[in-house]
Amino acid sequence: MAERGATWMRLRGFLRKEALQIRRDPSSLLLGIVMPVVLLFLFGFGVSLDPRDVPVVLVVEDSGPAARDLVARFELSRYFEPLPASSMREAEALVRRGSADGVVRIRDDFSSRLAREGRAPVQLVLNGVDANRARLIQGYVQGAVSRWLAVRRARGESAAMPPIDVEPRIWFNPTANSRHFLVPGLLTLIMTLIGTLLTALVIAREWERGTMEALLSTPLRPNEILLGKVIPYFVLGLTGMALSVLVGVTVFDVPLRGSLVLLVLLSALFLLAALGLGLLISATARVQFVAAMVSVIAGFLPAFFLSGLLFDLESTPVAIRAVSHLVPARYFVEISHTLFLAGNVGSVLLPASGVLALMAVVFLGAARRKLSRRLPVR
Amino acid sequence: MRTLRRILTLVAKEFTMVLLDPKSRIVVIGPPIIQFFVFGYAATFDVTDVRYAVLDESRTPQSRALLARFEGSPDFVLVRTLSSDRELRNVIDSQQARLVLRLAPDFAERLGSGRPPALQAILDGRNSNVASVALGYVRSIVEEHGARLAVASPADPAEPAPVLIERSWFNENMESRWYVVSALGGVISMVVVMVLSSLSVARERESGTFDQLLVAPFRPWEILIGKAMPSLLFGFADAMLLSLAAILWFEVPFRGSPLALCAALVAFTLAVVGVGLFVSSLSTTMQQALLGSFVFIMPSVILGGFTTPIENMPSWLQYATFANPLRYVVRALRQVFLVGADTAAIRHELWPMLIIACLTLTAAAWMFRRRTS
Repeated sequence: MAERGATWMRLRGFLRKEALQIRRDPSSLLLGIVMPVVLLFLFGFGVSLDPRDVPVVLVVEDSGPAARDLVARFELSRYFEPLPASSMREAEALVRRGSADGVVRIRDDFSSRLAREGRAPVQLVLNGVDANRARLIQGYVQGAVSRWLAVRRARGESAAMPPIDVEPRIWFNPTANSRHFLVPGLLTLIMTLIGTLLTALVIAREWERGTMEALLSTPLRPNEILLGKVIPYFVLGLTGMALSVLVGVTVFDVPLRGSLVLLVLLSALFLLAALGLGLLISATARVQFVAAMVSVIAGFLPAFFLSGLLFDLESTPVAIRAVSHLVPARYFVEISHTLFLAGNVGSVLLPASGVLALMAVVFLGAARRKLSRRLPVR
Repeated sequence: MRTLRRILTLVAKEFTMVLLDPKSRIVVIGPPIIQFFVFGYAATFDVTDVRYAVLDESRTPQSRALLARFEGSPDFVLVRTLSSDRELRNVIDSQQARLVLRLAPDFAERLGSGRPPALQAILDGRNSNVASVALGYVRSIVEEHGARLAVASPADPAEPAPVLIERSWFNENMESRWYVVSALGGVISMVVVMVLSSLSVARERESGTFDQLLVAPFRPWEILIGKAMPSLLFGFADAMLLSLAAILWFEVPFRGSPLALCAALVAFTLAVVGVGLFVSSLSTTMQQALLGSFVFIMPSVILGGFTTPIENMPSWLQYATFANPLRYVVRALRQVFLVGADTAAIRHELWPMLIIACLTLTAAAWMFRRRTS
């Protein structure tokens, strides 16, 4: 009984110290609360994988009605910004200069071949430097051509009936809006930043300044020290998270189809794992400089490249996928994509949460063990 | 002469500080290289090995012929054959498959009848990019199969159809890896160098030795050069190494001039070190320096044109990227590697970076002097 009271008294004192430290150096508050919201705004508006107003050069060598119709489709579409050119040479120069992303060429025998043989080629040349964009633009052009055919059919003009039609249904994100895909992922990145970077310096700082020895000589138990380090940043992180979710859902219309309670719970879990990693790095490095570099290298960069928030993990070699299993962010990206877009899908959420819980326990446990080591012999 | 000696002394001290501690040594040299290989393979927008399931309600030779084309395609991997509608929902929800191909019972009858049958492609939209690209693949395969069918049955008059012939310039196989890896060196070195340079001053400030530096017979700009040197050298060496790795390991073509590559990387490293030193001149603790660096790094990496094109951004944001050195080096690197630019061709990317370097370094020197009080 007295023991419980003593723990609480010690912890309270320690928490006050941590709070004072944060207040004196408000940079943590800046990172924890202001940055997530600012970043979310920036990225929500700035980042998009969906090309719009793609500058495409139209080289039209045929003046027949069929060709003109096809050209009109490009001009009407909001996906394209057609540029005229009188020759392929001119078109190529435009692409090389970066003024256009592709060339659509309709040869002079287009209409006559269409009427005569039933087949008339339309040439599409793409700037392949950004292959992903090129593939998407290719899809748009295919779409424009199909729509042209559909219009012809509707008018009763002869138009190709494709032998087999493709009926797409994109679940969870019917318009394939990349924002719905990216914003939940950004949430993960921001949380990683808060969780790992913020705490990475926290313990190392005490070692460097010599206050860790003082701390260890007080009646504070290592458990309590760890708890005292985790709690303030946990609160900070959850606040930042809540604000970010609010912005994501209200400003960017990202749907939240899963339960809010689950989102809070699982974010808390991820935050614990990220905080644990940060504290482990801090406790091991003991030098702020090293802790900072390691947190960037082992915390931030993997979260960006290996979590699946932007780059699809399934299209990478097996070795990379194996490494990605060590990155906490990977699991939260999975969780957030599913929670936001799909709903409460147990078969996805449970395994991911389980791993995160395990990581939290392992990291925090290891950090705690580092704290109770004997003082280093210089 | 004395100036030079002072500068050299400072530079030697800085290098010693970074290299003396083995932990510090390892952290600065090793990881960027390892990471390059890992991230080089990870950073891809290619979509391969799409796991799909099949619900063939037609079960005729015609439907099987169409589905066989997917089985034979290297882009797809069949994971399940479904027998009823009810299994569909679960397969996509639980991510067992990212795509389900579904053929209605009247598929074969409707073929060639004038009411074309449909192949329903149900995609998991959680990753919008994969969904779009996979859909494109499905369309291509169906189109190909349809064309084969049309040829095979000349009895049905082939309806007029334009045929899309596609070619891709500069990147014939549309390897997104080239696009990403050519600029990856810039991204990784930016993160490492900025943290390095921003911590270098903050570290001294926290331990109090910075004030000692300032009262020693060193001028602020000499201190600045001394501080900048290790970061500059490490940064440039890192970026060059990563570019070499891109060429030698990832086989990204190098069609431009080596001089242009060096010029771009030097200008970039200067700019990044400038920003890092400026951030550290504003910070009194290492935590502030680290967090301040990240306030700059996060938007820069994500909005630098590395992953998503700057053209897709709203104009107000595009203007903001003018202050981002990464934007210029990414463009310059891609021009040099893939399009074959020389130094003259990338000059429009070089001078903005040099301006950023001048501005930030001057501001940093000025802040050094001010912050003594």
